[in-house]
Amino acid sequence: MSATTEQSHSHGGVQARAETGMNAPRISIRNLDFYYGEHKALKGINLDLPDRQVTGMIGPSGCGKSTLLRVLNRMYDLYPGQRATGEAMMDGHNIVSPDTDLNSLRARIGMVFQKPTPFPMTIYENIAFGVKLHEKLTKPQMDERVEWSLTRGALWTEAKDRLHTSAMGLSGGQQQRLCIARTIAVRPEVILLDEPTSALDPISTLKIEELIDELKHDFTIAIVTHNMQQAARCADQVAFFYLGEMVEVASAHQLFTAPKERRTQDYVTGRFG
Amino acid sequence: MPEQSEHLVKSFDQDLKRLTDMLTRMGGIVENQVALASVAIMERNAEAATKAVEEDVKVDALEREVEQFVIRMLALRQPMAADLRLVVAALKITGDLERIGDYAANVAKRSIVLAQFPAPYSLGGLAHMAGLVQTQLKTIIDALGSSDSDKALEVWRSDRAVDDIYNTIFRELITYMMEDPRNITPCTHLLFIAKNLERIGDHTTNIAETIYYTVKGEVLPEVRPKGDTSAYAVVRPKE
Repeated sequence: MSATTEQSHSHGGVQARAETGMNAPRISIRNLDFYYGEHKALKGINLDLPDRQVTGMIGPSGCGKSTLLRVLNRMYDLYPGQRATGEAMMDGHNIVSPDTDLNSLRARIGMVFQKPTPFPMTIYENIAFGVKLHEKLTKPQMDERVEWSLTRGALWTEAKDRLHTSAMGLSGGQQQRLCIARTIAVRPEVILLDEPTSALDPISTLKIEELIDELKHDFTIAIVTHNMQQAARCADQVAFFYLGEMVEVASAHQLFTAPKERRTQDYVTGRFG
Repeated sequence: MPEQSEHLVKSFDQDLKRLTDMLTRMGGIVENQVALASVAIMERNAEAATKAVEEDVKVDALEREVEQFVIRMLALRQPMAADLRLVVAALKITGDLERIGDYAANVAKRSIVLAQFPAPYSLGGLAHMAGLVQTQLKTIIDALGSSDSDKALEVWRSDRAVDDIYNTIFRELITYMMEDPRNITPCTHLLFIAKNLERIGDHTTNIAETIYYTVKGEVLPEVRPKGDTSAYAVVRPKE
């Protein structure tokens, strides 16, 4: 355990940035532990999410990668008995500290889930709903924001003539892009994607991946995926999680061609027993 | 180059094994070709020469087979990390081995022409060079079979000696040609033979680099010690 923690230190943080040409971190995670009641689901995580770059998180089911995303926008606050200790610093503030304003945190750190979760409203209202919670916009301003979000979400051309029809009528891939557009609408700094394409067909998947590539110019992105090829295609840096530990973080190139850790090697080559 | 534990998908292991088997088989044939070519020159043995040339067909066929198999594995298995390095390495190594086979066949062909001339002098230098090249080739094919990066490194470092002998032979042959124009034909063939052996050494070194990367995941740090200076050599007759 102690050896692994040491490796997490040396592979994360400053050294890895120097090696891989990553941007300065938007979020710095240090010694982060997370508990589901008695069960320790994250063990001393050290990881930087570089600004306006994509961090991919891979690992077998139950390794803690989705848990880490849930920690970053404090989703776990909804459940009693779940707690996090350690640091997840963003702009000098520790996200996991009790005095964090959750509403403004979630406006700054948006999240998209595995299954598309459009609200049972019109496409327009899906976007406007979250914006109204944080900003007072006039009708023309809101129209503009909706168009901007849908354009950035790569859905505008498909949705512009049916803005006031139900979002439930969109295809799965379109619904997922709507969810991404809805997340961008409140202009967050960080977008967390939890297996955003696992319920989508290959073409819709590629559209989302293209969208991620586009969005990383403005947003810091973390994506959890079970599809290693997807992590390889989308991510600038990739972190491998196993049994609640972050085993290795490196540039996607490094991790998929020559990982340093044996466990990473076994996982990415499909040798995990 | 078999690696560590097994894949969850067993047939992937079989594919990787088949790939390394094809490479070692190809390496074995090529090694034999070089040995035959060497015998053909030293012993004026036309039979060995013919055999060396004939073996080339097998090598070419194996190269195509490896190429097709690599493309198939890339498409169907999407190998990652050490597997990816191995599959890409196989593609490079098969190319190097095929070139070595070509050079050996060319040496063998020239030995037949050479046999028609009286040897102007001792072929000791050339024999020494051929011996070194064969040892390197053998070592590297062993390293290929056993994923031995240390052996690969040893071969990579030892190419310098082959280059040095080549430079000596180059100068020596030019001297003979200047002494007597009747030496020009055999000496030109000998020059090409020496150059071909030197190129075989270079491809062996390429394979060494590839094996090193495959096993270690890192590229060899320094520039390869390269010693063929004949490209700059000027030999002038004394006035």
